[in-house]
Amino acid sequence: MPIQPLVDAATATAALADIKPPLSPQEARVEAARCLYCFDAPCIMACPTGIDIPAFIKKIAVDNVTGAARTILEANVLGASCARVCPTQVLCEGACVMLDLEKEPIQIGRLQRHATDHVAARGIQVLHAPAVKSGKRVAVIGAGPAGLGCAAELARLGHAVTVFDRKPAGGGLNTYGIAYYKMKPEVSLDEVRMIERLGVEFRTGVEVGRDVQAADLERDYDAIFLGIGLGGANRLGIPGEDLPEVIDALDFIEWIHTRPLADVPVGRRVAVLGCGNTAIDAVTQALRLGAERATIVYRRGREDMSAYDFEYELAKSDGAHFLFHAAPVEVVGESGHVAGLRLARTESRDGRVTSVPGSEWVEPVDLVLKAVGQEKQAALLQRIFPGLAIDSRGRVEHDPQTMRTSLPKVFAGGDCTSGGREVVNAVAEGKKAARGIHRHLAGDTVSGPVQASRLGVAGPPSGSGFDRPIRVHELEAALHKG
Amino acid sequence: MADLTSDFAGIKSPNPFWVASGPPSNTAHQAHRAFEAGWGGVVWKTIGDPIVNVASRYSALNLGPVRMAGFNNIELISDRSPETNFREIAEVKKRWPHHAVIASLMVDTRDHWHEFVRRSADAGADGIELNFGCPHGMCERGMGSAVGQNPEVAEIIVGWVMEAATIPVIVKLTPNITNVVHAARAARKAGANAISLINTINSITNVNLDTLVPEPFVAGRSSHGGYCGPAVKPIALNMVHSCAADPQVNLPISGIGGIGTWRDAAEFVALGASTLQVCTAIMHYGFRIVEDMADGLSAYLDSKGMRSLADLRGRAVDHVGDWKTLDLNYKRVARIDHEKCIGCNLCYIACEDGAHQCIDLVDSTPYGLGPGRVPGKPVPLVRESDCVGCNLCSIVCPVDGCITMTPVDSGKPPMTWEQYQGRLAAGTMHPLPAHP
Repeated sequence: MPIQPLVDAATATAALADIKPPLSPQEARVEAARCLYCFDAPCIMACPTGIDIPAFIKKIAVDNVTGAARTILEANVLGASCARVCPTQVLCEGACVMLDLEKEPIQIGRLQRHATDHVAARGIQVLHAPAVKSGKRVAVIGAGPAGLGCAAELARLGHAVTVFDRKPAGGGLNTYGIAYYKMKPEVSLDEVRMIERLGVEFRTGVEVGRDVQAADLERDYDAIFLGIGLGGANRLGIPGEDLPEVIDALDFIEWIHTRPLADVPVGRRVAVLGCGNTAIDAVTQALRLGAERATIVYRRGREDMSAYDFEYELAKSDGAHFLFHAAPVEVVGESGHVAGLRLARTESRDGRVTSVPGSEWVEPVDLVLKAVGQEKQAALLQRIFPGLAIDSRGRVEHDPQTMRTSLPKVFAGGDCTSGGREVVNAVAEGKKAARGIHRHLAGDTVSGPVQASRLGVAGPPSGSGFDRPIRVHELEAALHKG
Repeated sequence: MADLTSDFAGIKSPNPFWVASGPPSNTAHQAHRAFEAGWGGVVWKTIGDPIVNVASRYSALNLGPVRMAGFNNIELISDRSPETNFREIAEVKKRWPHHAVIASLMVDTRDHWHEFVRRSADAGADGIELNFGCPHGMCERGMGSAVGQNPEVAEIIVGWVMEAATIPVIVKLTPNITNVVHAARAARKAGANAISLINTINSITNVNLDTLVPEPFVAGRSSHGGYCGPAVKPIALNMVHSCAADPQVNLPISGIGGIGTWRDAAEFVALGASTLQVCTAIMHYGFRIVEDMADGLSAYLDSKGMRSLADLRGRAVDHVGDWKTLDLNYKRVARIDHEKCIGCNLCYIACEDGAHQCIDLVDSTPYGLGPGRVPGKPVPLVRESDCVGCNLCSIVCPVDGCITMTPVDSGKPPMTWEQYQGRLAAGTMHPLPAHP
């Protein structure tokens, strides 16, 4: 049976309402007053973009909310979306000293939302481009978080920036691929408009390599930034994969962002393949849109899954089922539609996962969502930019300090260089690349601005977490394993 | 962006935010850090004949989770030699020629004052502040607040200073006095160029109930110290206003006392201050706080369409006057928003036991329920005919915007106490009836 929408608009809207609602002004002020205003604070060091978090919280506490937003957005132009989608538990809030003192960190993400909402709702433009321009032109390929982070920083450094994206709207995954209960696409579109007001030109619906040739960009622009992210879901390589109800999880999430909620089709019995954070986003949204049973299928065990613990807990509380140590063998079709998923038990030996012979069975499902990782775009990149060096794992090779690729005027950042990380990492890499480009355009004689939140701290003048981030979850993992 | 540059009695600084004389302005190292962080001026820790300090020196009033709501110290003036201090002032001025460095001084004899005034100017200081306010230790030796508390003595000493001064002189006033205006007038009479206030207030912050010795503890004893920090702001605002409103004072005012945020700063400026001096907030959080003070003040001025500090300065001065100038016929009453009420009944009990008995607890049916309310639980309701408009309920209410003090028409034209007394004397009016 083809899949259908299962719930009406009101039910869907309620089910997909923000799981972290905004703070009232009074809540924000009280929460801000809890902040100790640490110096050289761990939260800053844990933020990949190095936002001076205690400074912006102090500004909320004294009712300078516009100033708070400026502190945030100067460090992270996508501060509004990061306030909603950052895994704060393993970044700033995971580093908060109040975890030791009161067991409850300051709600940094929600305070950040409070400040950025304040200026967005009032149309206050807190970032400005200098009146004197450098006369240099930069092409940014990809309007996702990395491209936007790069474009905004370049504009603030006085360069003329044009952003190309094949999608009809900018924002990348922030507009099309975040769980709807975490962030509405309007937030991301607002950010794109804010960057437009910095003078950045957006050419959406334009695909580089098809509508515009890379050679033309190399001729017409002084530098190019590649922020094209990752491709579609990896192939499963099993029979039945091409049935119409076998869908990329990210495509399913995009439907939610581009169609009326009451028109989003979903299966009654849904299987989600994979166990990363995208799998969690898919399974929770399928359930919230009316799926009767939704199961995450993962070939390894719970301890191996890449989803954060709090995402796992969210899926459990939404009623998701988890089938560990099971692998899909075949998507079973009936009259041209998905009717079931043939699975086999797996076992791990020496890190290798194999199916157990004779253990197969069929789960009745009518929708299969693939969240088994996204393809690298190595082939595409090398077609557009012959000579661009790609590493063995399909990532664009780059200098980690300047984000410069093997091609002298081409820089890169975001998932196409990292292989897939958080939005905030992409923004930080875009910003870092912008400083690399700035240096390149100025004849390699100047460096970009240094974030001064560690002013006066002994040690190398490294600036904030932007230059030397700590990673709380990696630190904890190391502690647990050690 | 509003213009924050400041010209205070001829002392120029890029903004009105000065580090007050105290522990944060003790060394060139600190002055460099302050200017790097964005401060416009530094008033050096008071220079005089070197003294000897004790351990410990500070204590604080903590209110619930708020630390350092009030702060107290028994530290004396600089314990470094005048040579070191003046040399460092010269170094700092060399590196920061456009920032203000003010030498705070405290000595005893006329010759001594002459010498220190000259050395300050020779070091390149932009101005001098006379410490007539330190209320502990130094006053026992006839200096500090011992001078500030006696306008005649203060006038004589300011006169000595003016004999030798070639740079602007600011007199720092003590609040440990019945009426600060007399001291301010004495400064004016003797030719001072400006005043700054307030210095710290005599205090004992707390007593350790095990040792029965207050902090700061010094070998089984303590001493009264100087109180400052957020808790003293209301006292400072009043004294700044008194000086700003007095036509005989008529001097630029540097406001001091509990300033830690841009709001505090704006309030001092509105009541007549031209520059703002900060110490305790820096001792709590460091020099970095100036960034928000400048940003927030500038944003406030912009939001009000004011182009510089001059547009705000003194704008509240004429809004404050003697009680006898207030309108007796103005009426405002408390109104409770029952949608916002959370049912704590603090307004009820405050009014019932602490004020004027005009809130009733009534059947909630017509008013609906606030969040978390128990169905049927009575809601507080103001009897507006009895409400005297005192503000108490709105002050104790923990919910923003729940109780609003609303002006109501009394049906009578404005009448001050002065006018009332005049009309009674002229026989044009009967006495108002006493409150029942």
